[in-house]
Amino acid sequence: MKLTLEFGGGLELLFGSVKIHKVDVPPPEGETKITVKHLLFWIRNNLLKERPEMFLKEKSVRPGVLVLINDCDWELCGMTEAVLEEKDSVVFISTLHGG
Amino acid sequence: MGERMVHEEEKLEGFETRILGIKDEIAREEFTAKLTRIRKEIRELRNGLDLLDKVQGAVSEGQKELADEVQEKNIKEGEQVQNNLDSPNQIDRRRRLGTCGLDNKSCSTGVFASGHSMSADMIRRYSRQLLVPAFGVSGQEKLSKSSVLVVGMGGLGSPVALYLAASGVGKLGLVDNDVVELSNLHRQIIHTEGFIGQTKVSSAVSACLGVNSSLKVKEYGNGLNAANAVQIISQYDVVVDATDNLPTRYIINDACVATGKPLVSGAALGLEGQLTVYNHKNGPCYRCLFPTPQPVSTRQRCSDNGVLGVVPGIIGAFQALEAIKLASGVGETLNSRMLLLDALSTRIHMVRLRGRNSECVSCGDAPQILASNLWEYDYERFTQSTLSEEEPKPQNLIAKEDRVSAEELQKYLESGKAYVLLDVRDPHEYAISSLSNSLNIPLSSLKEKLPVLRSALLDSSGKLVNGDHSVQTEQLVEDDRRGWFRMSGRRIN
Ligand SMILES: [Zn+2]
Repeated sequence: MKLTLEFGGGLELLFGSVKIHKVDVPPPEGETKITVKHLLFWIRNNLLKERPEMFLKEKSVRPGVLVLINDCDWELCGMTEAVLEEKDSVVFISTLHGG
Repeated sequence: MGERMVHEEEKLEGFETRILGIKDEIAREEFTAKLTRIRKEIRELRNGLDLLDKVQGAVSEGQKELADEVQEKNIKEGEQVQNNLDSPNQIDRRRRLGTCGLDNKSCSTGVFASGHSMSADMIRRYSRQLLVPAFGVSGQEKLSKSSVLVVGMGGLGSPVALYLAASGVGKLGLVDNDVVELSNLHRQIIHTEGFIGQTKVSSAVSACLGVNSSLKVKEYGNGLNAANAVQIISQYDVVVDATDNLPTRYIINDACVATGKPLVSGAALGLEGQLTVYNHKNGPCYRCLFPTPQPVSTRQRCSDNGVLGVVPGIIGAFQALEAIKLASGVGETLNSRMLLLDALSTRIHMVRLRGRNSECVSCGDAPQILASNLWEYDYERFTQSTLSEEEPKPQNLIAKEDRVSAEELQKYLESGKAYVLLDVRDPHEYAISSLSNSLNIPLSSLKEKLPVLRSALLDSSGKLVNGDHSVQTEQLVEDDRRGWFRMSGRRIN
């Protein structure tokens, strides 16, 4: 499944300082759907270059990271259980405090 | 008989012509008399107006001095219509007094009555805002009766305070406990060189009054904390979070929720910015979005990660906009939405946020943090950091005996012995300043570049450049606080 992933708020540093990644994520074996939970595993195993604890905590993102599916808060779409569709955009953004 | 008739008719016609002539004459005379009378009346009117002008001129001496070109041009544009109604003197008077043509006292009863409470000075100062249809007189009046508290007089707070002062907010509260430093000036545009070493609030107050001397401004030089937050915030209608640290952001949020104030929250770092309005129209609060604080090790600060000055400037200007809209009741605000700015590629994401969380400890249906108990909440412990951007104590430094002090290093370099000095900072940091004859391999690429380091350590004969002093590349120690890795330049004697 072709997805556009975007990392911001400093998270891009964990992905070779590249903000936008066009990826092709295969669904889990024997399934056709891809959930955000599966995407997180896939990112950790295929995309994350360093320090996974800066991005993930247990089976979700670490506190302070907002996940946006097609520019919509993932809380409104089922969080880790949200089902993704072809060409969806998923943004992971770390909250900023600077001023 | 026939001839006589003709003669009589001719005579009659002659009479008629004479009568008509006399009629004309009378009409002309009457007309002239009328005209003279009208001219006389106009003259008297003009004299009366001149007298009025003189009296008013004396009263509005000070106002006249303030009249500027901008106002002149503004009136000229609107003059065309009024010209048909008014004598030149009236036009002239209106020009000097302001848009409605009457002074303050007579305005509400005059022909150009508007029913507003604005003085001629205010009309002149805010004329360009008053001309915006969606804002107008009612927006300006509401704004001038509202109060806004800005917490943080840094990169975000600078444009917020300046725009709010300039736009005519009724009361402005400014909070900060820091002093102005040289390294602030590239982004904290409210402060000037002359204020280096002085408090940011005093510098900001001076700048705001410089822009608008009619502003009511209150300074809070001790900063915001759990003990004073509710008391301060309760005195304002709108609150702007322009701070730089996590615990203060939670304090401001909780105090805003506890006192029912909308919160305009902005943040900027590097080349990115974020903006939203919390606790407004059933939208989420900061805690709804971030119930658990971000781990200390993952946080970035301006003083570590840098920030391009204009980025907080943009976000701050947006914050001022949202605060003005909230205070004047105009437009649609950013509640339940978030603006994400990527300044490097000039892209803005508008994001839809979750609603208020009914289980939120701050804004939920059974809130635990209230105006009455907020003061005892330990925000520093909750966020594991202090109420300032100051560098917290590093938690996991390498042992002292594994470190080389600057003095030791200098002595060693001066001894003339061979050495390899490895600098593992990122290239942009290395470019700012570095030691001569050092080798820069960023830590993130150290593993793959080990051969480079190895060859640097070996001399032409394949031996270590210095048998008794070398660097152990395996000694990678994580600095927990920053989530950075540091490397020990360990001696192996
Ligand atoms: Zn909440």
